[in-house]
Amino acid sequence: MSYSNPMANDHHHCDELFAAAEQVVEGGEWLRASESHRRFIEAMRHHLEAEEQLLFPAFEAASGMTQGPTSVMRHEHEQMRGLFAQMDQAVAAQSGDDYLGASETLLILMQQHNAKEEQILYPMLDQMLAPQADELLPQLAERIDSAGV
Amino acid sequence: MNYTALSLSQTPPLSVPLRFFLTAPLFLAAAALLLLINADALTVGRWSPTMLALTHLVTLGFLGMVMVGAIQQLLPVLIGVPLTYPRLTSTLLHLLMAAGILLLVTGMALTSLFLLQLGSALLLPALLGFILLVWYTLWRSPSTHATVGAMALALFALLVLGGIALWVMLQGGWHLPLAHPLTRLHIGWGGLGWIGALLIGVSYQVVPMFQITPEYPLRVRRWLTLLLAGVLLLWSASALFIPSVTWLAEFALAGLVLLFAVQTLWLQQQRKRRLADVTFDFWRLAMGSLILAVVTWLLGQWFNWPQLGLVTGVLFLLGFATSAINGMLYKIVPFLVWLHLNNRVQSSGGWQGSIPNMKQIIPVVATRRQYQLHSAALLLLLLAVGVEIVPVVRIAAGLWLISALYLGWNLLQGMRCYQHYLRQVGQG
Repeated sequence: MSYSNPMANDHHHCDELFAAAEQVVEGGEWLRASESHRRFIEAMRHHLEAEEQLLFPAFEAASGMTQGPTSVMRHEHEQMRGLFAQMDQAVAAQSGDDYLGASETLLILMQQHNAKEEQILYPMLDQMLAPQADELLPQLAERIDSAGV
Repeated sequence: MNYTALSLSQTPPLSVPLRFFLTAPLFLAAAALLLLINADALTVGRWSPTMLALTHLVTLGFLGMVMVGAIQQLLPVLIGVPLTYPRLTSTLLHLLMAAGILLLVTGMALTSLFLLQLGSALLLPALLGFILLVWYTLWRSPSTHATVGAMALALFALLVLGGIALWVMLQGGWHLPLAHPLTRLHIGWGGLGWIGALLIGVSYQVVPMFQITPEYPLRVRRWLTLLLAGVLLLWSASALFIPSVTWLAEFALAGLVLLFAVQTLWLQQQRKRRLADVTFDFWRLAMGSLILAVVTWLLGQWFNWPQLGLVTGVLFLLGFATSAINGMLYKIVPFLVWLHLNNRVQSSGGWQGSIPNMKQIIPVVATRRQYQLHSAALLLLLLAVGVEIVPVVRIAAGLWLISALYLGWNLLQGMRCYQHYLRQVGQG
């Protein structure tokens, strides 16, 4: 029973949707691009909210740290949302250059963020939140998109 | 696990890595310039003062500078432990390294005893302090990722190769014994231990990140750098005590290097992100060069053509290490500029929408052109070593010089973009 596995799997799921969206945008078919972009953003939104509303509060309660790693993760989530907004605008304006510039930036931000979570934060969750796993894991599965995949 | 050491943000001030990244291309350009001026150096073989200086301008000046700067950035971000006094450490380290390398290399080129000693006196304490600081930080890290082990090995190799260099100089009364028997060990620990292990450790992180590829197999991550360390030790021991079996360890080392290159290309072949990407092109060039370097090294075991050693050197240092690092800089520098702009704007409550994206911070067209120049310079240099015609060496060195300066210029554009934007929003 771990949090690491489903959450890391969901990162990979989001990565795939990300790569697909970039690919379609580069092809310039904006109808499909807009749909592909929406699917990616949706999956990301669910992932970020599952962390912010479920896992981070549980971690903060268990560790007593609210200004520690989770506050940094929340800060980076906000930075990602800023880039989501730029990508939304680029889709609306049908600007491939703006989209791919913002998505390149998002890729690095997102990947270094994921690496920190997978290598450091999630293993901490696995340890500290082990007693609540029976209660938290089903709730987590309901929130993230890749749970049934 | 030490939770209090962990904050996961701790990205050091932008100046900490950037001062190293911006200085490094100048050393690369200096290497190219040295070759342009002494174009016959390539045709007289490996063991000349010019070649010695040229090699160290690339290894210490370019590769070393970038690697030391990048470690200071990576430790807090990926390993989860901040460095103490990052700004002071980086300023001191940068000054000592830049001055030390310049003096040392000039001492090599001019065979000046005084400059060699002065350069070593600055460089050796700086690197020793750096090694100890990073080891201490790695030891405190909560991360169990393979990158931690690879970095620890890389720094051990740096210690060994520096130690050998110092020993050889002290033994020879600071007269450079160019083809000393221990020189081989110095090159092996430098190339495969320090440069190789660090690039392997960084690859574990950045190859899956940049192109969205599968992870390196667990078996590779667990064993590759351990095996590399073990075989390097066996190789050194056999070279000192039972030279007749050295070849065995050397073939094992070649096999490990080959495994890494092929594994990396194989992962990249399965990449999800298939857009044109200059960093990816640099990396394919790097891995292709590494494979070719193994091939030319192997050929050198059977054919007695002295230029093969030089070809292997050019392929390894310029084709493999320089290409990989050049390519990574085009992701790291624009991202750091963006990140620091974002943090500044966010903390002052400003609007983030106007912050330039990575492709605006360093224009893609310029990075693509520099890649073409770098590839052309590499090809021509290999040709030049082969045909041994001075005018061809000159053209190759000229292209290399332009490429190095262009790299520096592109990185500088990133920093200027940072300053320009901050002035624009009234924070500069």
